[in-house]
Amino acid sequence: MKIGVVTFPGTLDDRDAARAVRYAGAEAVELWHDDADLKGVDAVILPGGFSYGDYLRCGAISRFSPVMEPLIAAAKGGMPLLGICNGFQVLAEAHLIPGALTRNQHLHFLCTDQKIRIENNNTAWTNSFAKDQELVIPLKNGEGSYQCDDETLKMLEGEGRIIARYIGENPNGSRNLIAGISNERGNIVGLMPHPEHAVDALTGPGTDGLGFFTSVLKSFISGGVK
Amino acid sequence: MATIVVDVMLKPEILDPQGKAVASALPRLGFSFATDVRQGKRFEITVDGEPTAAQLAEVEVAAEKLLSNPVIENFTVRVEK
Repeated sequence: MKIGVVTFPGTLDDRDAARAVRYAGAEAVELWHDDADLKGVDAVILPGGFSYGDYLRCGAISRFSPVMEPLIAAAKGGMPLLGICNGFQVLAEAHLIPGALTRNQHLHFLCTDQKIRIENNNTAWTNSFAKDQELVIPLKNGEGSYQCDDETLKMLEGEGRIIARYIGENPNGSRNLIAGISNERGNIVGLMPHPEHAVDALTGPGTDGLGFFTSVLKSFISGGVK
Repeated sequence: MATIVVDVMLKPEILDPQGKAVASALPRLGFSFATDVRQGKRFEITVDGEPTAAQLAEVEVAAEKLLSNPVIENFTVRVEK
């Protein structure tokens, strides 16, 4: 299975994301923001960083990169797509998932090992976990506060689309402690914390993050996303 | 040459932590006038000659598509003399 990892100018975590893909047992394929070509990959990760310097709004300029056009079409057709941190912001700017990521309520940049709880293990990116499984993965962001209107929040809660929630004190002011959400179909997931930094005990808090990457392989073996 | 100004502000119901930080800094400097501060963005777009209605309509589209995120922000477009 081939998983593409997109690099925009200013992306930081593409190498770690590609490494996580390899640890999970898949082939990592580099995708360049300026190529309108997905190179035949089966799934795509939009990694973290500060694409286009976070100018205008985080993810606002990347969202119009040439690679996004085939990517948006493929994801709307059911291809698994994971946006981590800045990638989550790109997904929100592309309106592939509802809501927006705004400045952390306390205005500080965060960098911490964060406890989260998996609340929906039926998505393409979370099916390796048990429901309510608790993980520790790094959280590092300046604009990670998930915001949406009341109606959207009610819809996300009602449809089980909040896939992960922060445990303990709210780290950034996200509504309802939201750490990650999915689209209706469950193939597109946006996640603020960084599972790709928690795939090896030598370089992270543990290996709790690996499950996101093995999940997408599992979803393919079991016949694709519902 | 004219300037088209696009002002982008967070919607009133969206928390503005930057505005709040500015609002709490003002009293520390002895300014007691503010009950609230909201912070936004201003774009100054230069065009040749007087802006046409068609240009202004295009700016509206660009403001909706790129300059603002309609999920969390409102915008206004005007011509500055």
